[in-house]
Amino acid sequence: MNAEIRPIRTTAEQGLAEAFSRVKATLPGAKAIAALREKAFSEFEARGLPHRRVEEWKYTDLRALMRDAKPLAAPPDAKAKERAKAADVLVGDIDCRRIVFVDGAFAPDLSDLAGLESGLTIRSMAEALSQGDALVGAHLGKAVATDDVAVALNTAFMGDGAVIRIAEGIVVEHPIHLVFVAAGDKPAANFTRSLVVVERGARAMLVESYVGPAGHDYQVNSALELVISDNAHVDHIKLIGEGANALHISSLMANVGAHARFNDFTFTTGGQTVRNQLFVRFTGQETIARIHGANLLKGRQHADTTLVAEHAVGHCQSRELFKSVLDGESRGVFQGKIIVQQHAQKTDAKMLANALLLSETAEADAKPELEIFADDVVCGHGATAGALDDDLLFYLKARGIPQQEAEALLIQAFVGDAVEGIEHAGLREVLMESVAAWLAARG
Amino acid sequence: MSLLEVKNLHVEIDGKKILNGLDLTIEKGKVHAIMGPNGSGKSTLAYVLAGKEDYEVTEGDILFEGESVLEMEPDERAAKGIFLAFQYPIEIPGVATMTFLRTALNAQRKARGEGELSTPELLKRVKDAAARLEIGADMLKRAVNVGFSGGEKKRNEILQMAMLQPKLAVLDETDSGLDIDALKIVADGVNRLRSPERGFVVITHYQRLLDYIVPDVVHVLSKGRIVKTGGKELALELEASGYAQYQQNEAA
Repeated sequence: MNAEIRPIRTTAEQGLAEAFSRVKATLPGAKAIAALREKAFSEFEARGLPHRRVEEWKYTDLRALMRDAKPLAAPPDAKAKERAKAADVLVGDIDCRRIVFVDGAFAPDLSDLAGLESGLTIRSMAEALSQGDALVGAHLGKAVATDDVAVALNTAFMGDGAVIRIAEGIVVEHPIHLVFVAAGDKPAANFTRSLVVVERGARAMLVESYVGPAGHDYQVNSALELVISDNAHVDHIKLIGEGANALHISSLMANVGAHARFNDFTFTTGGQTVRNQLFVRFTGQETIARIHGANLLKGRQHADTTLVAEHAVGHCQSRELFKSVLDGESRGVFQGKIIVQQHAQKTDAKMLANALLLSETAEADAKPELEIFADDVVCGHGATAGALDDDLLFYLKARGIPQQEAEALLIQAFVGDAVEGIEHAGLREVLMESVAAWLAARG
Repeated sequence: MSLLEVKNLHVEIDGKKILNGLDLTIEKGKVHAIMGPNGSGKSTLAYVLAGKEDYEVTEGDILFEGESVLEMEPDERAAKGIFLAFQYPIEIPGVATMTFLRTALNAQRKARGEGELSTPELLKRVKDAAARLEIGADMLKRAVNVGFSGGEKKRNEILQMAMLQPKLAVLDETDSGLDIDALKIVADGVNRLRSPERGFVVITHYQRLLDYIVPDVVHVLSKGRIVKTGGKELALELEASGYAQYQQNEAA
């Protein structure tokens, strides 16, 4: 007997179903795309919102956490754009090419599209879906196959996003910064989908920033498909600085080819409930990847990092390192799975999750997993959770450093260990300043 | 006024009595050696002076320049001028030695109402002190004590002392784990800091260190109390006769 009993739909599930039937005809994309949306939505309907008995969502019970489905965000008006312009983006001072999305819609007037290097093309996903696009046709939904429900919802509702191609051998000098701003004045949801294809031997740095005001009640479900071809070098940094009431789900699906370099970093300080999903698949040999992240949480924030790194071929090296600093009643979740397929010999993978608990009421959950089908690999994982070391604190205080400053020094060192993996020095500095500011605000 | 006055100090850890009415007075400009067998309470005394939390003072007082420090946090004591050179210096991954020195020095200056030291001035002071202790630039670039040998860690303690210029330096078995060359470097570092304004408490199990850091006063600590006080010749007597007589006397 494995007949699944579907419980009564929650308000949020009903809201999503109503929204889909109402808007599906107006979402961008012709027949093939519409069929893709229908298929994705029926996958969602069959399973509903994931809950704690769904292993992959064990610690983030979306059915309980998502009380309702906010209406789809309206296209931004002039006021929303003004607010978006004023939004405080962490890497504001770094010389980037900014591509701005306001409430999920591409805002060309706020974006920096002049003087694109030859070989770099940037296009709106909404436009690509409705007018047809070779890149989208070739790659959408195909970078890494997943049956994840949040990704299915994204596919069903995807509105806009960026479609970026970096042609063979092109080195993009400045980071490309995708800025997703929630700027509406009503509760709203937005679903962005981006596709970035980095062709053979090309090099680029991609930054995603998510920001929104503290009082704004909104939901974000964003997905990025990243195709990293052979010999390419890609740095991808995601900064989740959403407003305090936001529900943020974002998914990375990265397909990494041979002889490539891939450095990924997620930095989460914002949002009420955050689910950061990374699905990384190694499909070419001799690639080196660093997948790092840091969460700084306080109050009642909840952030879940769920990573699946699949070594489909051998001779690749991956290093996964995630740090959580948890204050107040916050909860930090790390679920990491490394899969080594049968023929992926000589895989070298190490995964480590460390949580630092700054209060008695914070909670860290770690679930590292290795699934190894090959017999000649070097793989390992570890997870720790604990408070600041009293002996370290005493040593610092005995040198005259007051408690709070001593704690800050140790916390910065703890987070810095993961931040060091970022190649861009300016960005490393910005992140460490942000850590210092977070610590100062902690009081 | 004495630099340090320890009066009838009783200390417990986890309900176990370690110090039992210890009296000790240190004057400025003097080097006091405290010798004693294992378990006599030497390290406890060092930690209690620095303000480590786990130690409970049940009776007595510690006066530093006439002021009780019992209610002070370790950082407040440090800013007043008390320095502890640890027997086992702690490794602090991720905190660069230079950052650590700058943070400590500026925190103490701030607590005393002095301005921050400029970076060039700080660098100059660190470099000068480091050179005398044969501490290379590569060591300064590394995280505090991480990957340092035992001798390097001890030299790093003396470097910190030289930078922080305390009024009272407590050296807890600084000689342990040092070969004779490292011992000389460390002792030279300490001797350079001897001044009429500064007092030292040199805690050691062996007389050897006192050949290089010649004390003005030697105390014997046994079962949590000072049981004998004398001049530097007392250390030599102890070397010859051992601690057994003091332990027996206590037991009797």
